[in-house]
Amino acid sequence: MPKRHSSDVVIIGAGVVGAACAYYAARSGLSVTVVDRGPVAGGTTGAGEGNLLVSDKEAGPELDLALLSTRLWRDLSGVLPPETEYEPKGGLVVATGEPALKALRVFAEGQREAGVTATEVPADRLPDLEPHLAPGLAGGFHYPQDAQVQPAQAAARLLAASGAVLHLGEEVTAILRDPAGAVRGVRTARRELLAPAVVNAAGTWGGEVARLAGVRLPVLPRRGFVLVTEPLPRVVRHKVYAADYIADVASGSAALQSSAVVEGTPGGPVLIGATRERVGFDRSLSTEALRRLAAQAAALFPVLADVQVLRAYHGFRPYLPDHLPAIGPDPRVPGLHHACGHEGAGIGLAPATGALTAAALTGAAPPLDPAPFRPERTYGPADDPTQEQQS
Amino acid sequence: MTTSPSDPSGTSDPSDAPGTSGPDAVVDLAVVGAGPAGLAAAVTAAALGLTVALLDAGTRPGGQYYRHPDPVLGAARPEALHHDWTAFAGRAAELRAHARAGRVRYLPGHQVWSVTGSGADWTVHARADEAAARPVRARAVLLATGAYERQLPFPGWTLPGVVGAGGAQAMLKSGLVLPGRRVVVAGSGPLLLAVAASLAAAGARVPAVVEAAGYAPYARHTGTLLRNPGKLVEGAVHGGALLRHRVRPLLRHAVVAAHGTGRVEAVTVARLDRDWRPVPGTGRRVPCDALAVGHGLVPELSLATALGCATRTAADGTVALVLTPGLRTSVPGVWAAGETGGVGGAQLALIEGEIAAHTVAGRAVPAGLARGRERLRAFADVMGAAHRPGPGWTDWLREETAVCRCEEVSAGCVREAVTELGATDARTVKLLTRAGMGWCQGRMCGPAVAALAGDGPAPDRRPLACPVPLRQLAELPPDTPS
Repeated sequence: MPKRHSSDVVIIGAGVVGAACAYYAARSGLSVTVVDRGPVAGGTTGAGEGNLLVSDKEAGPELDLALLSTRLWRDLSGVLPPETEYEPKGGLVVATGEPALKALRVFAEGQREAGVTATEVPADRLPDLEPHLAPGLAGGFHYPQDAQVQPAQAAARLLAASGAVLHLGEEVTAILRDPAGAVRGVRTARRELLAPAVVNAAGTWGGEVARLAGVRLPVLPRRGFVLVTEPLPRVVRHKVYAADYIADVASGSAALQSSAVVEGTPGGPVLIGATRERVGFDRSLSTEALRRLAAQAAALFPVLADVQVLRAYHGFRPYLPDHLPAIGPDPRVPGLHHACGHEGAGIGLAPATGALTAAALTGAAPPLDPAPFRPERTYGPADDPTQEQQS
Repeated sequence: MTTSPSDPSGTSDPSDAPGTSGPDAVVDLAVVGAGPAGLAAAVTAAALGLTVALLDAGTRPGGQYYRHPDPVLGAARPEALHHDWTAFAGRAAELRAHARAGRVRYLPGHQVWSVTGSGADWTVHARADEAAARPVRARAVLLATGAYERQLPFPGWTLPGVVGAGGAQAMLKSGLVLPGRRVVVAGSGPLLLAVAASLAAAGARVPAVVEAAGYAPYARHTGTLLRNPGKLVEGAVHGGALLRHRVRPLLRHAVVAAHGTGRVEAVTVARLDRDWRPVPGTGRRVPCDALAVGHGLVPELSLATALGCATRTAADGTVALVLTPGLRTSVPGVWAAGETGGVGGAQLALIEGEIAAHTVAGRAVPAGLARGRERLRAFADVMGAAHRPGPGWTDWLREETAVCRCEEVSAGCVREAVTELGATDARTVKLLTRAGMGWCQGRMCGPAVAALAGDGPAPDRRPLACPVPLRQLAELPPDTPS
């Protein structure tokens, strides 16, 4: 007979989104249990770069979520310990030619109307912001709201601050339902965790958890590689990327896309990320992905050509076909909430997701309109159905 | 260009040799590593008619085991520090002959950072110092990547003068240099006796040889021992050499701290209980100016695990590859030999290299080789179990003791990640503390971090097996668009 524990809410997933849900739910006065089949930050969180970006999002619901998160991360940085490495370093998006710069201007104008601070930087002022940038760029935009955290630490510190009861290394094998169909908890190999609400924060594996509850949530993996250099003195000050990155983020294509985002870290190494390709959960090394990242990074920062790449790693972004996360109660299963599908922006969007989830759990007024993130919305066909089979 | 007869790399430009016809020709077999296993495999495969590429990080064949002085040092008798030098010298001569005849494309100074492909179509990516090395294409791959030394940290282990036991041996073999004049040898495993004997023979004083294990486990396997008389003779040779220098191994003891300012000046040696926990009140100081310490070897599996090769926990507690009797890994088209299948020494590695070459060539394995492998593997398992670190060794650590030297992460930091932050394995400890993220990519701290995380040894996850200059990645040939 498995042991039973009761709380107000069980959160499945100890990544950064689950941790933020736990933090804001606990702050709303709920008793919280978090369960994960692995350790803290064991999935996509641990493979992330810790990007808190507004610069790469066009005006719309995701940008609203990102702007709310930007404010919440700033608040959290005063509460969480310094190991979280919150750094409001700002982003710099550069254009390699005049057409890209024009497109970037239009893009930034839309963002400004939504509340983003974006300042055009003429070509001759780029070296003031980034002295090691390649010469010959057409210009760029500075986004002071872009920031960074150390993702695994962020998840672990949010969880610790939440005071939630943690069950790590325990896989959820069933979502428990009452005779009326409402959620009453989850079962793991070791125990039953009873609660009137369950939050699916299982990231890339959120589709599997939804299936346990009998509903469909088409979360797909989108692989990314990141290169990590040897520790360097600060040669890159902002998050720097070429304007093509924005087109890649919004694309649903299965083919390999890459435009390097280059940034320094407090530890010294420079991170170069990230490719995007839909190849299921394929863990083999793609030398083509490494080649493109390296070539693009060296094109932005020629000084990097002679540094050593110490390691490369990959992760699987949780991706929904319409590129928006699923956040909120699922009307098909009373008591089931979703908080997953954030693609490559989960670290950045985590606090706003947590705040929205806590509001939904307690019936409080949501901090922004949750309608675009309704889990039961129509997602439309995946961009490439043959790839979907591999998820 | 001057060439030396003892240096196969200098014989001729291997790339224009006939059988391997040009640097881009697909070879039958790519061998990674020219230590005992890889060297034996390459020359055997070539003799069986295969075209072979042999890639090695070193500038001369022989690997860590048959490490020998650079010819410019003019060592009169490099074999004096080696057993079985003839086994090596013979194969090195064969390699030179095969390279001249174009059957082996020998690529020294090529450190392999990744192997990609599947089935009978493999690409081996290496870095060479001059420029990006051309990828080598092959129909089969043999991983003979050897092993590195297992280090268990203790207070003071980062002091200058503290060197790896294997490192001390390597310094002697390749540079004829002593790490100090009064050298304590400590740790666990059969290498300690060999190191102490070499140091003593080279003129160092060895005030103590400190072995954490007892020899009792050997006594339970007398049958295995008697089937391995060669190994017994080897042990007796070292033992005899040590007795001549009045050195007696101290069993069930460990160096639990090194002391000194600026350099090691003394070590504390304490008695251990069964679980390798120091027995309180047994510590005593031994003055020295160097400490050579090591706890056996760890198979180097970065390339293998990146390919998805299945692993197992070996008798010595390290992670080794799962191999068939014909030395196939779980990935079709990929073979492994030597320490990658479990640490077992040079003699076993030579045999395994020959076995693997036979099965890659589709030939029957000679019965003598199979029997030799079985006998030596059994001996390696007995030895590995005897020297497997006990769980109590972490009691040597103080909170401030550095566990990861590259990133300067203390034992206290690692313990906090485990007890306070939800790390249940070595990977999460790394994500939270940076332990294992530095230059050595966890080769030095991996066993210690896994032990502190309460985790079994985990297979390596290093998609890049060694650092690669960014430029070399950027200049890779692009994939043809499909």
